Amino acid sequence: MAAAAPLSLLVLLLLGPGVWGQTDPPRDSLREELVITPLPSGDVAATFQFRTRWDSELQREEVSHYRLFPKALGQLISKYSLRELHLSLTQGFWRTRYWGTPFLQAPSGAELWAWFQDTVTDVDKSWKELSNVLSGIFCASLNFIDSTNTVTPSASFKPLGLANGTDHSFLRYAVLPREVVCTENLTPWKKLLPCSSKAGLSVLLKADRLFHTSYHSQAVHIRPVCRDARCASISWELRQTLSVVFDAFVTGQGKQDWSLFRMFSRTLTEPCPLASESQVYVDVTNYSQDNETLEVYPPPLTTYQDVVLGTRKTYAVYDLLDMAVINNSRSLNLQLKWKRPPGNGYIHYQPAQDRMQPHLLEMLIQLPASSVTKVSIQFERALLKWTEYTPDPNHGFYVSPSVLSALVPSEVAAQPVDWEESPLFNTLFPASGSSSHFVRLYTEPLLVSLPTPDFSMPYNVICLTCTVVAVCYGSFYNLLTRTFQIEEPSKGGLARRLANLIRRARGVPPL
Amino acid sequence: MVPVTVVFTQESVPLDDQEKLPFTVVHEREIPLKYKLKIKCRFQKAYRRALDHEEEALSLGSIQEAETMFAEPSEQAEGSLTVYVISEHSSLLPQDMMSYIGPKRMAVVRGIMHREAFNIIGHRVIQVAQAMSLTEDVLAAALADHLPEDKWSSDKRRPLKSSLGYEITFSLLNPDPKSHDVHWDIEGAVRRYVQPFLNALRAVGNFSVDSQILYYAVLGVNPRFDPASSSYYLAAHSLPHVINPVESRLGSSAASLYPVLNFLLYVPELAHSPLYIQDKDGAPVATNAFHSPRWGGIMVYNVDPKAYNGSELPVRVKVDMVRVMEVFLAQLRLLFGIAQPQLPPKCLFSGSKSEGIMSWELDRLLWARSVENLATATTTLTSLAQLLGKISNIVIKDDVASEVYRAVAAVQRAAEELASGHLASAFVASQEAVTSSERAFFDPSLLHLLYFPDDQKFAIYIPLFLPMAVPILLSLFKIFLETRKSWKKPEKID
Repeated sequence: MAAAAPLSLLVLLLLGPGVWGQTDPPRDSLREELVITPLPSGDVAATFQFRTRWDSELQREEVSHYRLFPKALGQLISKYSLRELHLSLTQGFWRTRYWGTPFLQAPSGAELWAWFQDTVTDVDKSWKELSNVLSGIFCASLNFIDSTNTVTPSASFKPLGLANGTDHSFLRYAVLPREVVCTENLTPWKKLLPCSSKAGLSVLLKADRLFHTSYHSQAVHIRPVCRDARCASISWELRQTLSVVFDAFVTGQGKQDWSLFRMFSRTLTEPCPLASESQVYVDVTNYSQDNETLEVYPPPLTTYQDVVLGTRKTYAVYDLLDMAVINNSRSLNLQLKWKRPPGNGYIHYQPAQDRMQPHLLEMLIQLPASSVTKVSIQFERALLKWTEYTPDPNHGFYVSPSVLSALVPSEVAAQPVDWEESPLFNTLFPASGSSSHFVRLYTEPLLVSLPTPDFSMPYNVICLTCTVVAVCYGSFYNLLTRTFQIEEPSKGGLARRLANLIRRARGVPPL
Repeated sequence: MVPVTVVFTQESVPLDDQEKLPFTVVHEREIPLKYKLKIKCRFQKAYRRALDHEEEALSLGSIQEAETMFAEPSEQAEGSLTVYVISEHSSLLPQDMMSYIGPKRMAVVRGIMHREAFNIIGHRVIQVAQAMSLTEDVLAAALADHLPEDKWSSDKRRPLKSSLGYEITFSLLNPDPKSHDVHWDIEGAVRRYVQPFLNALRAVGNFSVDSQILYYAVLGVNPRFDPASSSYYLAAHSLPHVINPVESRLGSSAASLYPVLNFLLYVPELAHSPLYIQDKDGAPVATNAFHSPRWGGIMVYNVDPKAYNGSELPVRVKVDMVRVMEVFLAQLRLLFGIAQPQLPPKCLFSGSKSEGIMSWELDRLLWARSVENLATATTTLTSLAQLLGKISNIVIKDDVASEVYRAVAAVQRAAEELASGHLASAFVASQEAVTSSERAFFDPSLLHLLYFPDDQKFAIYIPLFLPMAVPILLSLFKIFLETRKSWKKPEKID
């Protein structure tokens, strides 16, 4: 039902050309950054940060104009008089013991905390409306936030931006640990970015790779910051952060060679034209264990050293706005390779998929002489569906035995034999050399008792119900409706004879 | 009812007719809509003689000067009109024009020296008044949602639904920021052109205006290349598919619950420049813009090819806001349903006011809105009543009931005010009626006990009670039979 506007209706030609003022210089700026950190356990952590800074006082004006700062969030700040807003959606848990200290950790599920301005009269009502509007913007069930899971912390969660006074009655904090993060939450988050997954670092944000990780956390942080060092005026800062940890076994298939293409299935092609800075940092602080060294390809043009989180770290810097970085290959595919001395052993682990594949663990180890080596695996017991139980579930479930294949050094050197000439017991395995022979050993199978439900319960329920109905109702009915009649005693009958037998045994006169 | 004041100057009618002034004539007209539905439209003409200052103003040279003389004295009530009758040979109007319609609820009609002067003049006055107030198409457009398909609504463009306020968003779409660095002074343009228009429409509702710039937002349709003019074009039949992919980027409004009108300005990418919109015949549209009813409008802004000479990408583009705002304001008028009126023959039509809307156009809008609001409110209340009739399980709480009473009282008040010609208060009452009726109908407490239908009750209780009831009934029957036998026995004995 579209139609072109006929010009004959334009009688509004009283619009004279006005005096045009100078167009203001752009008042907002965008910086984007990606930090790749190899973790001690062989995994890789990637942290994206997109920061939009808007130099304006967000008052409740009649007309507001947005350029890089997204309109949805700007309207939110001015309508609900927010001072700070922090929302994070996380899946997984950051294992500090194996991975080290994170830049910014978030709890599993959804976390929302906000500081309101002093001018707000009814903070609870604004908080309820705010959580409902955010639930619509990010497609998350934040509308379940109400007074049963909201608190007002009294000492922690002080404002992270500029603050005049901290009256904690304007702070609200809520966590929804049950909330699940999925592609539906990533898409509106990506839409808030100015370059919106078409150019710059946001090209790497592909949902199918980002959710195939051990830890995924996306967050939105809004706070007021100083505009410059003198802090004469305030600007609003919006930071969108995304942290993921790629698992060496699930994504890397056991190998520890990482590249941007393997992690994100994309490479960087061009910088975002709206960004004033667009950089990739790779943590190249050398590891000292086992003489491993990390090699980064292509070699960086600059490095950056600083004290980060209490330790001194070195970063390799790739600036996308610098023409030399993407020049030759037209795309930037960073590669990280570990150089380790050979012969360290080989581990292959294939995780299970429910009802499709079992676990597979293969290890190539060199056993020291005269020693005992123990390999232990932790497992959890799960509950099966009730049709998947065997007819004798209380017997237990079997775990297949482990296999040990070894080349055992021989005491006496063997000579190569002709297969047709020698006896059969000598030609089971192909001879692999004169100094060792091949052996394959098996362990016992393991019998594991899984939690089984009580299969007799349906029978119990039927019995009980029928008994109750029969006994209670039946006796009441009989009592209420029984009529008594006098009956002639009947002579004979099998039942009478049986009854007399029993009476004689009891010593009671017969019928 | 439309109150019209007809003012006669001295030489406009014969003297003996002038003696009869002042008096009042009522002219009624029924506008049939559909299915025996009619709306009665009454024009109450109050004839009077001209006052001195009016005589003086009407004897001036041109109509514009006369208008400026009339500007101040009384700010007329909304919905009323004043028609001045001048003499047949007056030079105020050009010679062949019989009447004139001005921007501020004022019109001028030529008188005649004739025995049936009043009748003829009355007829001319009615013609002019109808052009400036209620006609069938205005009403049909207003009630388009409530009347089933008929000849009125088939290709009339539907105006916006009546609401308490609107949110207007101007968006600049730049799909190619590497080639074009686009700047637009939207703040100045809004302040200069849009705000006066919206201030004039203040009676209709609350307006709020926003603007944003979206990068990497592409239209959903690939334009075709036309080798004849070496330009790209969008055919008319592909225009409806343009809007959908863009709309996901536009963002929903977090700030308010009012409906949103989107006006997009699209600067095509370097690979598809210049881009023109073609209408059904294949000719490029002059304004390069189109609008979609109840949604908004899109305009394509082509970058001047001279800007590419010699400069490297990205090219700095400064948008000409005058051209853009002309188109957007015209689209805004069309979206609200302010269309060209049907002028009577030989009528001179003045130019519009500087804000872009004339006072009597605003009156037509308010009339249409009031009628639409009344129709909506009555429909809502009748459907609520029908719902209660069908499902007896619904519990109506006290505050819902008070909202219903308030809605009914507001509907009656609005109808009375419309009949007596007070347009402003009628509009306010009709808005209140719609708000109350919607609040009553959509109250969440209506659904509490809704899901307990009768057949569920039967399904739960019958398997439990029927087996118990069968022996009871049988024994009752047996008792009854025995009792009847025992009654019969005494009879027999007796």
